[in-house]
Amino acid sequence: MAIFKEFSKQKRDRSAADRQRHKELVKEKIKKGIADVIAEESIIGQDKDKKIKVPIKGIKEYRFVFGSNKGKGAAQGTGKEQKGQVIQDQNAQQQKGKGKGEAGSDPGEDIYETEITLEEAIQFMFEDLELPDMDQKKYFQTDTEVMRKLLGYQKKGIRARLSKRKTMMNRIKRMKAKGIDSKALYESKDSSFPFHNDDLVYRRLQVDTEEHSNAVVLCLMDTSGSMDQAKKYLARSFYFMLYTFLQTRYENTEIIFIAHHTEAKEVTEDEFFHKGESGGTIISSAYNKALEIIEERYNPLLWNIYAFHCSDGDNFSSDNKKAIESAVKLSNVCNLFGYGEIKPDVGYSWSSMIDEYKKIEEDNFICLRMRTKEAVWPALQKFLRKDKSNTLMD
Amino acid sequence: MDWVLKDLAKWNDKIEEIAQECGLDYYPQEFEVCDYHDMLGYQSYVGMPSRYPHWSFGKSFEKQNTMYKLGMSGLAYEMVINSNPCLAYLMIDNPLSMQILVMAHVYGHNDFFKNNINFSKTRAEYALEMFKLNADRIRSFHETPSIGYEGVERILDAAHAISFHVDRNQRIVRLSEEEQRIQHFQHVNREKDNWDELKKPEKDEDFIPALSEDLMLFLIENSRFLQSWEKEILRIVREETLYFLPQMETKIMNEGWASFWHYTILHKLNLPPAMHVDFIRSHNQVIRPHVGGLNPYHIGFTLMAHLAGKKDAFEYEINPKIFDVRTVDRDASFLRRFLTKELMEELGLFEYEKNQGRITVSNTSDDFKGWKDVRDTLIAQTGTGSIPVIKVKGIAPISNSLMLVHEFDGRELELGYVSKTMEHIATLWSDFPVKLETTVDGHEVTCIYANKEFRVEGIDRDETETEYTHI
Repeated sequence: MAIFKEFSKQKRDRSAADRQRHKELVKEKIKKGIADVIAEESIIGQDKDKKIKVPIKGIKEYRFVFGSNKGKGAAQGTGKEQKGQVIQDQNAQQQKGKGKGEAGSDPGEDIYETEITLEEAIQFMFEDLELPDMDQKKYFQTDTEVMRKLLGYQKKGIRARLSKRKTMMNRIKRMKAKGIDSKALYESKDSSFPFHNDDLVYRRLQVDTEEHSNAVVLCLMDTSGSMDQAKKYLARSFYFMLYTFLQTRYENTEIIFIAHHTEAKEVTEDEFFHKGESGGTIISSAYNKALEIIEERYNPLLWNIYAFHCSDGDNFSSDNKKAIESAVKLSNVCNLFGYGEIKPDVGYSWSSMIDEYKKIEEDNFICLRMRTKEAVWPALQKFLRKDKSNTLMD
Repeated sequence: MDWVLKDLAKWNDKIEEIAQECGLDYYPQEFEVCDYHDMLGYQSYVGMPSRYPHWSFGKSFEKQNTMYKLGMSGLAYEMVINSNPCLAYLMIDNPLSMQILVMAHVYGHNDFFKNNINFSKTRAEYALEMFKLNADRIRSFHETPSIGYEGVERILDAAHAISFHVDRNQRIVRLSEEEQRIQHFQHVNREKDNWDELKKPEKDEDFIPALSEDLMLFLIENSRFLQSWEKEILRIVREETLYFLPQMETKIMNEGWASFWHYTILHKLNLPPAMHVDFIRSHNQVIRPHVGGLNPYHIGFTLMAHLAGKKDAFEYEINPKIFDVRTVDRDASFLRRFLTKELMEELGLFEYEKNQGRITVSNTSDDFKGWKDVRDTLIAQTGTGSIPVIKVKGIAPISNSLMLVHEFDGRELELGYVSKTMEHIATLWSDFPVKLETTVDGHEVTCIYANKEFRVEGIDRDETETEYTHI
């Protein structure tokens, strides 16, 4: 005599918490892995819908396992297999063989090793970052459609706007009208009183505008002759990430591009990312250009201003003093002024603005060094990290 | 749903009657009706109604759910727990014919759990209770402020990485550590007649002899700086592995046995013709060979049916010898004893060799000599055979390095995984060095995890680098 336990309708989602934790770990992993992607691949100027392969392999549960490259195995076949027959050859143009020939012990790839779009990847990357010290008092009216105001209720709507309370009340009303005693209903297990379509009530919302503080970001890049391909690549990677970050996270941010060698000029986004220049370097020219633009168009009382400058630090030494003066001026009008020095060559370099800049005592001036492409992302993080307590100079 | 609970009870009585007539000897049976979502839940916690929380179970759920939704794999159509009373789940969406088949199948498993010698130490009476107590214990660590969720997770992650490295065959009596020590001492000093030369461990190469397969137990007993709650977690993971191990070791037999009995019982049930057709269809679905893989149901059923007598006629007497087989064997011995060349041909078994992405048939079952190689390869990869044997060599007394040996059988370890697994072991070994001897490309090498870095010594570095840095 076996015992039968009836199906229990009372649902408990037992794995919910473990699934949640797993998702968190996957997300963390993607976030960590994403920096590697950025470092590995040239993502500059690529289509945002492009699928990139994130080099995380899901959350693997590592154990001692046999390798997949070499070894023997047994499998079931059709009985027609011949000794010496090749069942699968991955070297030959990724042909998908009929019999998998794989059995059991291979590590295998987890379902989470999936491609994500660049856009999604960037979302993950930028989650913890923000423009620091954004000053809310600096107001400027814009038509940001963010707030949704409750205007009343309606019969039709999307699921997310279902008003559970009103819906519930309608059901109770209907129950009363039918003369059903709700208490008796719950006690008798068999009968139920389901929701009717007419019960459903949705919230009616109206899109509203909000006052929003405004920000402008000035991107300054050294395009002088000493900025070779490798350096320019680093600088552009940095700006590309910054630019994408601003676009994804802030709706009302203006971006100004300034390219400089011995003189500075405002350029378009396209020119900034794609055109090469040459010549010597006068850094102060860029800062002055930036100051000029700010004075003309972006009143610091109304705008949050951020400036970033990437250079190899190879300046005409006669300009160093002026550069420092201008940098201080720029710091005074900006919420944040970040200087990233690109020094791919390891070892001693005879000219570095960072050493000069160390004299600057402004709190909102941050300078750091980027040597390799792997350093670009951490640099950006340092500039934009919410928690600025341990921002260190290189 | 073409049934109510009463129908199930009615059919169950008939099934039990036949099962008893046939000589099946099983624990009291409990069936629980559940739905698809419950079943996925049970599956991800290996059937246990109560299990400690860990993200890997969540991952398992997501994975199975995704695969199920994409149609890449079906849902387990039965799930039976080695417990007394024996617990099994029936999915509410299945038609009556399927439920009958599953119930008959379950009695096969139930009998197997109760009688197969490999399960004799799993304490079926306490199984559910044990899992619940362990879950409570782990949760209590979560709630301990000094430990917390992440503290537990760190140790659980590490423990899971080596959970299968326990004593695989609990029925073999091993020498205690002290006995091993004495034996080793005698061995080392056998040829010495001078007292002064008697060795004491003073150099790194002098090991405390252990050579134990039970890495988990070794860590519990010897990891000096592990706190008691950390050891407790190891103990829990080890205990649960030991509970599941016999199921891994008897997968083919167990499924073969259960399939043989559902087939036999259902033939004796005098099902209405329509139901009988459904049943045959379901049975064939379960028993079909997986070309390019291995279906334990198919292999097990074929062997069991063969041992029981002639295959398709069930009026004859069942050879009682099969009851002895189900009692004393495990997959490895079962296949070695009863998998003949003829049966292997029937099953279409062959052996393949992998080399740099190329898979070649290396032996077939109809081969005059090669069939034995196919069989041995099959045995080597069934059950825990698919898990490398890692033995504890001992502790180097000065550096406190943990010395491990991989028992090389022709199959190389995946070095990327070795690196990460050793990292986990180092966590449990309080970050002292961990060393593992293994063979790569025919060379004996030592994998070393020390100071948070992994390296391989004894082979050309460039060669290995390409192999393990891709992770």
